[in-house]
Amino acid sequence: MADGRAAAKRRINPRLWLSGGWLLILAVAALAAPLLAPQDPLAQDLFASRLPPMWQGGSEPGFPLGTDSLGRDVLSRVLYGARIALLVALVAGTCTCALGAVLGLIAGYYRGWADVVISRLIEIWMAFPPVLFAILLIAVMGTGLTSIIVAIVVIDWTRFARVIRAEAMTQGAMDYVASAKVAGRGRFGIMIREILPNVLPTIVVLLTLEMGIAVIVEAILSFVNLSISTDDPTWGSMIAEGRAAIHHSWWVLVVPLITLFLTVLSFSQLGEGLKDHFDPVLR
Amino acid sequence: MSFLELKNLNARVGPLPILRDVSLQVAPGEVRALVGESGAGKSMIGKAILGTLPDAIRITGGEILLEGEDLQAMSPKDRRRMIGAKVALIPQDPLTALNPARRVGPQICNRLVDILGWRRREAEARVIELLHEVHIPAPERVMRAYPHELSGGMRQRILIASAFAAEPQLIIADEPTTALDVTVQKQILRLIRDMQARHGTALLFVTHDLGVVSKLCQSMTVLFGGKVLEDTSVDQFFSAPDHAYSAALLAATPKYTDPGGSLMPVPEATIHAVEAEIAAHDLAHQTETVRQ
Repeated sequence: MADGRAAAKRRINPRLWLSGGWLLILAVAALAAPLLAPQDPLAQDLFASRLPPMWQGGSEPGFPLGTDSLGRDVLSRVLYGARIALLVALVAGTCTCALGAVLGLIAGYYRGWADVVISRLIEIWMAFPPVLFAILLIAVMGTGLTSIIVAIVVIDWTRFARVIRAEAMTQGAMDYVASAKVAGRGRFGIMIREILPNVLPTIVVLLTLEMGIAVIVEAILSFVNLSISTDDPTWGSMIAEGRAAIHHSWWVLVVPLITLFLTVLSFSQLGEGLKDHFDPVLR
Repeated sequence: MSFLELKNLNARVGPLPILRDVSLQVAPGEVRALVGESGAGKSMIGKAILGTLPDAIRITGGEILLEGEDLQAMSPKDRRRMIGAKVALIPQDPLTALNPARRVGPQICNRLVDILGWRRREAEARVIELLHEVHIPAPERVMRAYPHELSGGMRQRILIASAFAAEPQLIIADEPTTALDVTVQKQILRLIRDMQARHGTALLFVTHDLGVVSKLCQSMTVLFGGKVLEDTSVDQFFSAPDHAYSAALLAATPKYTDPGGSLMPVPEATIHAVEAEIAAHDLAHQTETVRQ
């Protein structure tokens, strides 16, 4: 048994390492963007427009991944875009998680009228198509980083609440909860000390998935120009610009697209890897 | 005076009666068996006393007296304190009775610290002492282990130690061996008997195994359909059962002295007679309620 645990620890989970590695690189790049970016991400230079990436003929030093139709450096814009993407992922993901998990725990463990109210709320909420709901919210609140984060939290808390509620219900029916009650624990104490540690792995896994979703939602909203101002470099708006120029400068589309793809993939794989890691039987 | 007394306890799920006028007493230090088929309401009696009945089940009448005090008249907090200090549970399934996300030690120290106000260090010392008593090798290491690292038999020993740790006056054992394999069952039963004898704790032993009853208990209550059919001493039950159902139940026990003999089910006629008795009881109960 001790050997099994040691073996599990020695075995490198490639999923966890690869996804975690990419996200770490991205986080460092985002933090150090002012140091790493070769150009000002907003600086336009019409004489240097549509420069190809450095491995193609006709490229210029200082623009390693080429420039877009306004002559802005693609690498610098992707780096600065990572700041916005990760900020949204972190803040929106955490807030969504907190709201959804608290409501889910209360509904699943306390049951009764609290469950009735929260469950109906979830059902009503989920009847709205999420992206349209987000666009509606942004239209009401106005564009901007805060609006995006609020929109993601308001839309996606149900994802957490549903799953955590079901999990808390299962755990609440376990004998150890009855034992804790017989040992004199109150309801709130049982929820925090007995139930929460058991749903925590699920919460963490969902949190990483939610961060990936937050990155996508932000990209979608900036793709349709509902994110922060057009000038600011976001992956979504870069993809939107690149789409128009796909025939003569593919790199403007492909570079942010691959970055976005890898990031969202990494978040979901990180979640999967953590799920295995937390599994008490595999642990 | 009896330590625990149930007086005409009634419980229902919706309109369906689960317990019908159940009365029983457990004296200090007494080992009483609660016997019946699956669904007879044995476990429900334990849960009603401990206050862990599922939400769907309501107690519709009767009293649960612990040292003469009615538990149902208490505030939930007082009740928790009273139960926590005086009654403990040895659960049915040791695999789910320990929280998988927490280390074993803190879990079984909880009651001592929370209810009895012990210092954590004293509680740990006491629990280690108890773990020695239930023959657990290297208790210090076990205290730091997670439940999934321990076998079912180990976990049941830990739960037994935990039940006895606070020196409760009554322990409710809810079929403590059904989830274990046969060789371990025997050890656990012997352990429970030894611990009971050493600590002088009263024991309410929920089971459907008459062999266990004859070895472990002094008195017994036979249940069918949530109704008490017989309340007698174990000697009396095995020599001359009073109720026809008890006699049939005794006859249905397989005997190792007769390995070729066929298994005897409880005869249907007996079941019908008991069901008629219960129906008559329900009717009487209804007319009484209507009259009131």
